[in-house]
Amino acid sequence: MPIPVNHLLSFSLVLFIIGMIGVLTRRNAIIVLMGIELMLNAANVNFVAFSRMHGDLAGQIFAVFNIVIAAGEVAVGLAIIIALYRNKDTINVDEISIMKG
Amino acid sequence: MFEAWVFYILGTILLLSGVLVITARNPVHGVLFLVLAFFCVAGIYVILSAEFLAAVQILVYAGGILVLFLFVIMLVPLEPEGMRKPVRTARNVAWSLLSALLVAGVLMTFFRGAQPVGQGGTVDTLVAYGGNIEAVGMELYRRYLLPFEIASILLLVAMIGAVVLARRQV
Amino acid sequence: MSDFLWLIPIFPAIGFLVNGLAGRRISKRAVSAVACGVVLVSFVLSCAAVVQLATMPSDGRYMENRVAPWVPAVEDGGGAPGLAIDWLFVLDPLSAVMILIVTGVGSLIHIYSVGYMWEEAGYWRYFAYLNLFMAMMLTLVLGGSLAVMFVGWEGVGLCSYLLIGFFYWKQDCADAGRKAFITNRIGDLAFVIGALTLFASFGTLEFRGILSAVVAGQGSVFLLTAVALCLFVGACGKSAQIPLYVWLPDAMAGPTPVSALIHAATMVTAGVYMVCRLAPLYMQAPLALTIIAIVGCATAIFAATIGLAQNDIKKVLAYSTVSQLGYMFLAAGVGAFGAAIFHLMTHAFFKALLFLGSGAVIHALHHEQDMMKMGGLRKLLPVTYAVFLCGWVAIAGVPLTAGFFSKDEILWRTFLFSPVMWGIAAFTALLTAFYMTRLMGLTFWGKSRMDHHTEAHVHEVPGVMKWPLMILAGLALVGGFLSIPAALGGSAMPFTLERWLEPVFEPGTYATAAGGHAAIGEHAAAAGDAASAAHEAAAATPHGSPHGEEHSLALEYGLMAFSSVLAIFVLWWGYGLYDRMPQKLAAWKARFASVHEVLANKYWVDELYDALVIQNFYRLCRAALAFDVRVVDGVVHMVRNVTVGTSYLSVFWDTWVVDGLVNLLAKVVRVASRGLRRFQTGVPQSYATVMVFGLFVLICVYMYLS
Repeated sequence: MPIPVNHLLSFSLVLFIIGMIGVLTRRNAIIVLMGIELMLNAANVNFVAFSRMHGDLAGQIFAVFNIVIAAGEVAVGLAIIIALYRNKDTINVDEISIMKG
Repeated sequence: MFEAWVFYILGTILLLSGVLVITARNPVHGVLFLVLAFFCVAGIYVILSAEFLAAVQILVYAGGILVLFLFVIMLVPLEPEGMRKPVRTARNVAWSLLSALLVAGVLMTFFRGAQPVGQGGTVDTLVAYGGNIEAVGMELYRRYLLPFEIASILLLVAMIGAVVLARRQV
Repeated sequence: MSDFLWLIPIFPAIGFLVNGLAGRRISKRAVSAVACGVVLVSFVLSCAAVVQLATMPSDGRYMENRVAPWVPAVEDGGGAPGLAIDWLFVLDPLSAVMILIVTGVGSLIHIYSVGYMWEEAGYWRYFAYLNLFMAMMLTLVLGGSLAVMFVGWEGVGLCSYLLIGFFYWKQDCADAGRKAFITNRIGDLAFVIGALTLFASFGTLEFRGILSAVVAGQGSVFLLTAVALCLFVGACGKSAQIPLYVWLPDAMAGPTPVSALIHAATMVTAGVYMVCRLAPLYMQAPLALTIIAIVGCATAIFAATIGLAQNDIKKVLAYSTVSQLGYMFLAAGVGAFGAAIFHLMTHAFFKALLFLGSGAVIHALHHEQDMMKMGGLRKLLPVTYAVFLCGWVAIAGVPLTAGFFSKDEILWRTFLFSPVMWGIAAFTALLTAFYMTRLMGLTFWGKSRMDHHTEAHVHEVPGVMKWPLMILAGLALVGGFLSIPAALGGSAMPFTLERWLEPVFEPGTYATAAGGHAAIGEHAAAAGDAASAAHEAAAATPHGSPHGEEHSLALEYGLMAFSSVLAIFVLWWGYGLYDRMPQKLAAWKARFASVHEVLANKYWVDELYDALVIQNFYRLCRAALAFDVRVVDGVVHMVRNVTVGTSYLSVFWDTWVVDGLVNLLAKVVRVASRGLRRFQTGVPQSYATVMVFGLFVLICVYMYLS
């Protein structure tokens, strides 16, 4: 029985929301990055679902690119975290509020 | 039918692991649950006939990104902390309402009638190309060659950036 | 000569300028020389002018000198031309008499003043004022129109004020000067009203024009009576008649020569001159003349009674002047204008003489003026005594003196008009003789009542003062022969003042002038008719014609004898008392104590005026002051308060509204920023939250729109 596409979409939506909640809520910067990963994965699922629905491979190609970008972004993000930790001695995002005004 | 059941199970595990990721007190636990989530996503890709993507997913995410996470967790001593204690402020109430609305939106899409994702076109394309990997490869190196090259440059930049950012400033 | 009439007043004016501007710096001799010199030059010029006038035929004695326009005529393009006044000087027999008196007596008094004022401060100032007075008086009598005359009229009033208040540091002198000026002014108001009414009626202020119009019959009797009375009120002020005489006795505070010149001989006679100048007008208004006669008569007796009880020698003479002026007005009132002028002349002689003589006495006694402190001066001041004797007999009216002829003429004409008035006037003559005898007795006869210090320094007058006295004494004795009445053979005389003055008062003189100016032919005939009608009308009135007509000669002789006997009796009786005069007077004073009280206090007229008029005037002034302080200043204060209040409003506005707006702006920014600042947490997660929120809104919008 084929999976209705709206189920897929709603799954990806919930996963996205979970990831978003994690990003917005957690104080630990690494957990925030993990939340971002979840969000990206949810987007990928969405892409693939639509690719399957339309029979067009563009979705899958975009998902590949998405993975590439995610990888790059994680690398840079973690490098930033390390640099941040060196400077501020903490990765608690609540304590990093230089831009507070 | 079999696919549907697998999908639902995998999906549930995925959501649960996702929740557990973000609610983990210890980031290492979070990473572990993240691995589980990645594997579930890979599984979903397989069900959706995107085998190449599933493989790439496991390779890159589970093999690369998670390792990076673990390295950084190792380098950065962390005090385990959980989620913030919820405080009943007007802002938090607003956010709760917002979230409730989002959930409602989710449910609406879930129970909305839609055309089923069939075996349709994708299978025909696969048959024409002789399998998913060949199809993706053909598409990637023909139509999407430019984005491919740019992506590689992007990765280069990201690498350099990461190295620059993470080295010891003198 | 007619082109040089203007020189007669100009010379004293030049004297005024020289002494006024440079007098302080030049010596007293120079000042005296200038002052007396210019007056003597005027006298000579006057003599020359009068001589030339006399050579003209008797009905054409008229010289006109139109010097320059003062208010130029403006052609009104269709309507009548507006007020046009020229500087017009006119010499006719009347003004001839006046200028001779003014310059003649005036120069004598100038010379006398040199001696009298030699020791005083402000010598140059005195002569400057005196010269100015001469100039003004000459302008008055030579003026050919009411306007020029008024210039002189006001000018002499000013000089009177200046000279009465000459010793301005003395309070009573300053007050007297002010009193004179203000009382004069009241009369002047009436004068101006009368003059302007004449202008409104006849279109001109010149005497010839006015009198021609009057004689030709223009102007209703009512109008002419009203104008005549207005002008007479002006004359009352200037010539000290009831009710405006009160300034003259006070004016005695000024130097004695001033009293002699201004308040005896010249200024006070200006009123009489004015009435006589406008005689044809007055003759058209018989009611006015009657009123003038009544006022003159009343003033004469009223002042004479006051004079009986005064102790100051100059005050006696002052009241005597008022009384004699009353006589002059009485004469004018009964139509005897010539007699009035004749009495004016003789009065100028003997009153100036008496004043100057009293000045000699005062000078000798070092400014003692109280007769009660004099006595026995006959032997100490022989020359003064001699001239005083001349004045005494002249004023009493002893036959053949100047006073006799003029006073008798007046009494005769008064009798023709009203025997009652004659009775009053004769009684006044009796009183005149009596108080003058009293003056002689207290001053010269009997034992000395002076204090020893004064007595030791008594000295006779210096020469410069002696000669004018003697000349005036001579004139007082023989001046009367200038106008011997017809009853005593005047017609045979080559010259009588009456005949000389006759044309001036004759209406016909002005009719010919009118005929000459109007168109020839019918107009001339009509004017001539009107003139003769006026002449007859004048003759028909009880006032008689200006020239005395022959009535019962016996009656005239009888009256003449009566008054002579009366005068001589009083004089003889008084001289007989000689040493015993003071005791006799004291006895009478005790017997008639209450009467004496009333007379000595001048009937309390000044107090009456003060209570009725002056206090109310001060009340008005105080009310005006109160108005100014409360209302006007109140308005100013109110404006101030309003301004201050408004400024408070402004402050309030500025503090609360303007500053408030600015502060509000700042507060809004602060509050808004405080609120908005909370978005800038520095925590990226909150930024991301907001972004999600925005994204959600976009999704809702998109879902809504699709």
